[in-house]
Amino acid sequence: MSNELIGARVLRKEDNRFITGKGRYTDDINLAGQTYACFVRSPHAHANIKGFHISAAENAPGVVAVLTGLQVLEDGLGGLPCGWMLHSKDGSEMKQPMHPIMAGEKVNYAGEPVAVVIADTYEQAKNAVEQVAVDYEVLQAVVDTSSAAEQADIYPDIPANTCYNWELGDAEATSQGLAEAAHITRIELINNRLIPNAMEPRAAIADYNTGTEELILYTTSQNPHLARLIFTAFVQIAPEHKLRVIAPDVGGGFGSKIFVYSEETTISWASKKIGRPIKWTAERSESFLTDAHGRDHHTMAELALDEEGNFLALNVKTTANMGAYLSTFASAVPTYLYGTLLAGQYRTPSIYVEVDAVFTNTAPVDAYRGAGRPEATYVLERLVEKAASELAIDPAELRRRNFIGKDQFPYQTPVALEYDIGDYEASLDKALEMSDYAGFASRKDASQRAGKLRGIGLSCYIEACGLAPSALAGSLGAGVGLWESGEIRVNPTGSVTVLTGSHSHGQGHETTFAQLVSAKLGIPIDDIDVVHGDTGKMDFGLGTYGSRSLAVGGSALSRAADKVIAKGTKIAAHLLQTDAENIEFDAGEFKVIDSNEGKTIQEIAFAAYVNHDFPIDELEPGLTEKAFYDPVNFTYPAGTHICEVEIDPDTGVTEITKFTAVDDFGTLINPMIVEGQVHGGLVQGIGQALLENCVYDTEGQLVTGSYMDYCMPRADDVPSFDVGMTCTPCTHNPVGAKGCGEAGAIGSPPAVMNAVLNALGQTDMDMPATSEKVWQAIQNAAASN
Amino acid sequence: MYDFNYHKPDTVADAVALFNAAEDAMYLAGGHTLIPAMKQRLRAPTDLIDLSAIQSLGEIQAKDGSLLIGSTVTHSQVAESEVVSAEAPVLAALASGIGDRQVRNRGTIGGSVANSDPAADYPAAVLGLGASIVTDRREIAADDFFQDMFETALADGELITAIRFPTTASAAYAKFPNPASRYATVGVLVAKTAGGVRVAITGAAASVFRATEMEQVLNDNFSVEALAEVRLASDDMNADIHAGAEYRAHLCGVMAARAVASI
Repeated sequence: MSNELIGARVLRKEDNRFITGKGRYTDDINLAGQTYACFVRSPHAHANIKGFHISAAENAPGVVAVLTGLQVLEDGLGGLPCGWMLHSKDGSEMKQPMHPIMAGEKVNYAGEPVAVVIADTYEQAKNAVEQVAVDYEVLQAVVDTSSAAEQADIYPDIPANTCYNWELGDAEATSQGLAEAAHITRIELINNRLIPNAMEPRAAIADYNTGTEELILYTTSQNPHLARLIFTAFVQIAPEHKLRVIAPDVGGGFGSKIFVYSEETTISWASKKIGRPIKWTAERSESFLTDAHGRDHHTMAELALDEEGNFLALNVKTTANMGAYLSTFASAVPTYLYGTLLAGQYRTPSIYVEVDAVFTNTAPVDAYRGAGRPEATYVLERLVEKAASELAIDPAELRRRNFIGKDQFPYQTPVALEYDIGDYEASLDKALEMSDYAGFASRKDASQRAGKLRGIGLSCYIEACGLAPSALAGSLGAGVGLWESGEIRVNPTGSVTVLTGSHSHGQGHETTFAQLVSAKLGIPIDDIDVVHGDTGKMDFGLGTYGSRSLAVGGSALSRAADKVIAKGTKIAAHLLQTDAENIEFDAGEFKVIDSNEGKTIQEIAFAAYVNHDFPIDELEPGLTEKAFYDPVNFTYPAGTHICEVEIDPDTGVTEITKFTAVDDFGTLINPMIVEGQVHGGLVQGIGQALLENCVYDTEGQLVTGSYMDYCMPRADDVPSFDVGMTCTPCTHNPVGAKGCGEAGAIGSPPAVMNAVLNALGQTDMDMPATSEKVWQAIQNAAASN
Repeated sequence: MYDFNYHKPDTVADAVALFNAAEDAMYLAGGHTLIPAMKQRLRAPTDLIDLSAIQSLGEIQAKDGSLLIGSTVTHSQVAESEVVSAEAPVLAALASGIGDRQVRNRGTIGGSVANSDPAADYPAAVLGLGASIVTDRREIAADDFFQDMFETALADGELITAIRFPTTASAAYAKFPNPASRYATVGVLVAKTAGGVRVAITGAAASVFRATEMEQVLNDNFSVEALAEVRLASDDMNADIHAGAEYRAHLCGVMAARAVASI
């Protein structure tokens, strides 16, 4: 595959419809006879339900039905499952509370649905919701992550509110390393809880046809096939052949739309009861309350070093908040997507990590852009920077001293992963140059003269993407294999329909995948359309998350294209009356070797469908091929981010004056799209570091329940980014790609915090570094001097 | 949002008459506070009286040494008005920093002043410049107008028709925005007026207030250095997840100094 399209900045094919208002999102769809759902939600974080009073609502204007959590119980619906089984150190299975689609007996977080009103209009449904009275017996809420295990049990069968006590690595060797250390750096960190904020809120339309007994669910999903599987196998809403899940245009997900939630499940169940379509679109305040949140770790870590600053051992102890229930992939996030990444880019010989996952009376917590890997990077890169400060070694030099060398791959880490390839010095060196690291001292002096504090901070991150090698994932508890499917239909006139199990909700797959297929088949990109997000159109797929689409879904398409070429070769051989071995394919043409004879792929496609004389036992008509790709390893994007800040000591306001990101994503198909992904990830990471924070009060009420209090980063909060690339192509997939969707959000938070702390001459502060927190740190330092 | 009766009168007298005839009416100007509150079902007026058809409320006039801004003039109109920039440039600057472009295109000066949000920008200008609030029945001095959080001297049904500002070139507004809402965490307006220096602070307490200690030192010595001697007590300051009382008290000093420095 050598083609000028690989690495070309092709403008996005999907943008025409998006920027002209022709996108078709779930809420844009309206069906005949459609009703509207509005949910009754618990105002309490923790309470027993003593009774429902629904008759007034049932008799309210326009109301079609009122259904409560009691009816969910009566119908015996299964709970929403968690797809990844974890085991504690002692071998016992993780504890998993029943997660009903609506609570009937007890509520466990504020905002949890307890009933739904379905009416002819949304206003009528919302009016009637106010007529539903629920009697609650309020219980003490468990909110705080670090003390959750010591508080009263939320669930009678889950002692100490603990889901699991997990471990990874060699405890003994790590203790030994710490005992032999010349220096130990210790840190205590909170990875702040975040609320995902996709531009499009979650929405769904469930359409049950009483005649055919088919259910069509339109929903804002990153992986519609998984939703169908869960609906069928676990919640038992409808048999799989009668259930079609369509995720049309979806406006952002960041992980929050991977999961199967109460609302779309409830309206699917209810549509069958009322025999009419039901639409539900979240109000933004519902999104804040109920979209699965991210992060929320409390961590103590210690890094042992020898006299030369070589890392000897790393010991990490984390408490991770799961919220009230286990969301779809929640259990894997603080374990296999976190503990396994704690080696970072370094040769640390011994690592031991313990993770206690706890339940609290808060919204469920699950994967959010980066999912575990930002938390790991944050621990490690804060710790390394602090060690450099304590040992008075330049932080770039300390990292360089401990890097896995580029000649040491494949590299087996002490925390289960085998890195296939990388060149960490290359990205560090390029980032140091692009950021003018050498010139920092003079810029700091200039700031000082202007009464400002300037700081610089590094972060050398690694992530495991391309989820996932199915056998490995299965051995670690994954409930499904994590391969991907791809299908290429070359139509009779030479245009191509590409079907993928990946789902695009802003990532630009319709362009990137078309570029890939165009490069493989030599068919113009304008003749290629990518179809995704409909279980009625493709057999199966695992969807989009974990920066997997190109590395796994793209690899499946690459294989499908190889099959198209193989089939086309046979057709060409038949048409040109030669053997297939005499045909070579290049740039869209099947040529007879050492001759001027040949056929274009378009000619072959036409012949494939209109032929009269194929030897049918050897050659079937048609030019459609399908492939499944199961990765043999994770991919390992890595890079260096360098942040430079200037702080106004009078107000504590931090301005990012320069942000440099150098990433190694392997082969790039479309650098423009990749840079866009980096920019978006950086803004989210900077948001976490400086602005965003999910706050519950002690009673479990969400304080940051709107944009008035939850601070989303805006364009004027971030600088113009300097993005650079290095490239070591992935060794084990046919595209050479590693994935780029999450890196920005993974690498940037510690770079920002390290820069802030460097400016302050301090080593401890939790995110977000708000102006008040920074100002207070300056006051405290002044008071103690 | 609950159902309501909608009215669109074209005179002030009709608007007031409609108000008095209704069970529980509210005036609607830009609607940037009222409509969200109604959508959240926190407000449920029986009648909405839309003021947008009353021409006289939408005018900006300079006369007799004062600047009269009609109550339905939007923030963007103030920000872009040549008359305002000539007669009281601080108002144009303040208005250009309210909310975002969409808010500025809808939100009005009368709505902001009548609402008396403790973190709104305009109250600092009204109080700091010593403006007066013209209503359908009287004219109220700013010092008498703002009473407490969301409480003003307006009687039930009393309609603001304009705000009368003294013309001034010697005033500045320095705002420390809440990073999430972009309301004022602290906003300080400092003005040299005929009656002496006035300092009005919004965002910091339950209602906009005059910082009399700051005014005293600035009357003696209008300088950043003089101001540095004053430290506002944090006792009555607002505290929330974005800024505690101590920090707000500190920011009052920083923002006041920045306003003084720019005059």
